[in-house]
Amino acid sequence: MKQLRLLARACAVVVAVAVLAACGSSSGGSSNGGGGGSSSGGSGPITIGASLSLSGDFSADGQAFQRGYELWVHDQNAKGGLLGHQIKLDVLSDASSPAQVVSNYQNLIGSSHDPIVFGPFSTLLTLPAARVAARYGYAFVEGAGGGPAVFGSGLHNVFDVSVPVKDNLVTFARWVASLPASQRPKTAAYATVNDPFTQPQIPVAQSILEAAGVRTVLSKVFPAEVTDYTPIATQVSSAKPDLFILGSVDVPTVSAFVHTFIQQHYNPKAFIATAGPDQGATFVKAVGNGNENGIFVPNGWFGGFKKADSQKMVQEYIAKYGGTPSDVNADVAEAYSVGQVLAQAVQATHSFDNSKIIAYLHSGVTLNSVQGPVKFDSLGENTAQQTLTFQWQNGNLVQSIPTSVAGASPPQYPKPPWGG
Amino acid sequence: MSGTALLQAIVDGILTGGVYALMAAGLTLIFGVMDIINIAQGAMVVLGAYLSYELSAKAGIPLLPGLLITVPVMFVLGVGMEFLFMRRVREADRAAMSILVTFAVAILIEGVLTRAFGVDYVQLHATYIDRSIYVLGFYLPWIYLIGFGLAVVLLVVLYWMLYRTQFGRAVRASLQNRTAADLIGINVDRTRMIAVGIGVAVTAVGGFAFGATNAFNPNSGYDLISRLLAIVILGGLGSIGGAMAAAVFMLVVNDVVAVAWSPTWAPMVFFFALVIVLSIRPQGLFGRSGVRAQ
Repeated sequence: MKQLRLLARACAVVVAVAVLAACGSSSGGSSNGGGGGSSSGGSGPITIGASLSLSGDFSADGQAFQRGYELWVHDQNAKGGLLGHQIKLDVLSDASSPAQVVSNYQNLIGSSHDPIVFGPFSTLLTLPAARVAARYGYAFVEGAGGGPAVFGSGLHNVFDVSVPVKDNLVTFARWVASLPASQRPKTAAYATVNDPFTQPQIPVAQSILEAAGVRTVLSKVFPAEVTDYTPIATQVSSAKPDLFILGSVDVPTVSAFVHTFIQQHYNPKAFIATAGPDQGATFVKAVGNGNENGIFVPNGWFGGFKKADSQKMVQEYIAKYGGTPSDVNADVAEAYSVGQVLAQAVQATHSFDNSKIIAYLHSGVTLNSVQGPVKFDSLGENTAQQTLTFQWQNGNLVQSIPTSVAGASPPQYPKPPWGG
Repeated sequence: MSGTALLQAIVDGILTGGVYALMAAGLTLIFGVMDIINIAQGAMVVLGAYLSYELSAKAGIPLLPGLLITVPVMFVLGVGMEFLFMRRVREADRAAMSILVTFAVAILIEGVLTRAFGVDYVQLHATYIDRSIYVLGFYLPWIYLIGFGLAVVLLVVLYWMLYRTQFGRAVRASLQNRTAADLIGINVDRTRMIAVGIGVAVTAVGGFAFGATNAFNPNSGYDLISRLLAIVILGGLGSIGGAMAAAVFMLVVNDVVAVAWSPTWAPMVFFFALVIVLSIRPQGLFGRSGVRAQ
């Protein structure tokens, strides 16, 4: 009897764990409606598979991506779906693990036979995932795998709808180089996580700045697993560079540097981070109100982007999740753009045949997305957009560089004091 | 590298080590009294941070006074965890099985936190968190000084409780020989339950220190657990003072290597040092045989 009670309790625990794990790791339509079909025949729903980082290091980005995919599905279904088929999402969680993402795409394509797949979040996960899709001959349209590692892999099926990240810092670096010599920073420090998304961006910017006479006083690479940023941030603040460039992939990294800089009474004239400040309200919550002001971040899109479909998507997002345009994570737009580009390819080819979709996307056609135009080169990079640089000004993330873009707010330089 | 930078790295390492000692104290205490390897410790630190966040952001209760609420709440959670999960593990293979059981607990905590708070990062805020004091050419952040001070006070209190009180003797007797402890009238189950409750309650303070120095979300515990386990193994499983010494040692090594050489090599050098120490003293700096005999 006692053993039965123990067994019952054990079962209850296992069930509770399973339910919670399921709550956190799977969502959206989970049905398998694909069947591997590649034609547009029949009238049943079409299932699109995706692996997203709903837990782990990229969970904030992964869940923002999920919202972007879901918003697009909602809008596309309202317009009649794809070739008359309503769309269902089949989302699996990869826990931010490169090993799990491989397993997930094998399941989505090989077992669930989803006829179309979308990309995961991050360059780190896109590369192994795209290789799986390539083995099955699937088109791999993605929005957050823009690192050089993806395009240097020789894959023919990858299409990144966002701006290639290699040149993310170029716009900013050129702006700094263009400043009058009396205003231009004299010194710069660079610290970056060894991630395939962010590390390749740093040398490109560093070479532009050094050519403009900005002397490098510190350059550090740190592992993604680091949990204590204090020594690196303190070393930067001790070097007191005029300009600090941080190669980051998430909010905690930027937040740790910000708080250490404040504690060390160091305020650079300019501070740019490759990712983190683009996370809207989440970023402000982490660094503290007012501390976000003056920080730059490169990106291809922002919540205030003046484009009709972008503004409509932002309104829908706010209606569903609340907040302001500044709170909308750029990941949402990247994911939404994936759906838009895929829809245009399916409609143009009038087919779900992946080989036709790949051929169409490589044809040099210019497509539309909430982030702007999309045109792929032979590697799958989007060549139709330029990187913009955004800056937090008075509590809002605004587009500031290039200054020639309509509606751009002039950069605040030097950066205002912390809390200002 | 200048001598000033080296000294700054050592100071940073000592102060940050205090924060890590706070987070690791509960882990080593629970192992010391239960032979339970609590894989859920990282998740509990994050839970403690969220409790502080809720009290501060939603109820307007400042962080430090809020500990008067979060510590008892975590104590109750610890008692519940011992009763529901740890007690069910067979005595004979407790250490090994506890890894699976506490991993399930970690998933439970993470799931509940994700449901309640989502995955967006948050951080604890108070005026003193971004302030520092200038001493001998160094800016010492108040939050790390507070964390270090709390670590010293708590570890002294825990040490006194375990080795200088009747309850502490009962705890150690329960672990050394359950049958003998029963025979001399110690309520072993109750003693262990309270001890685990205290271990988890201490983690509330660690959660405060972690949340004030790091942006966190429900998944942040995974990054912590390997570090915390390394600290308690180096310090000697079950040793309160060992946790403090090992945390300071680990962070000083980490920070000096990061500054003098490269942050990329910092974890490798620490784990290399860990292997060297364990090859000489397999029981850690303050091994458990010594711990229980004190």
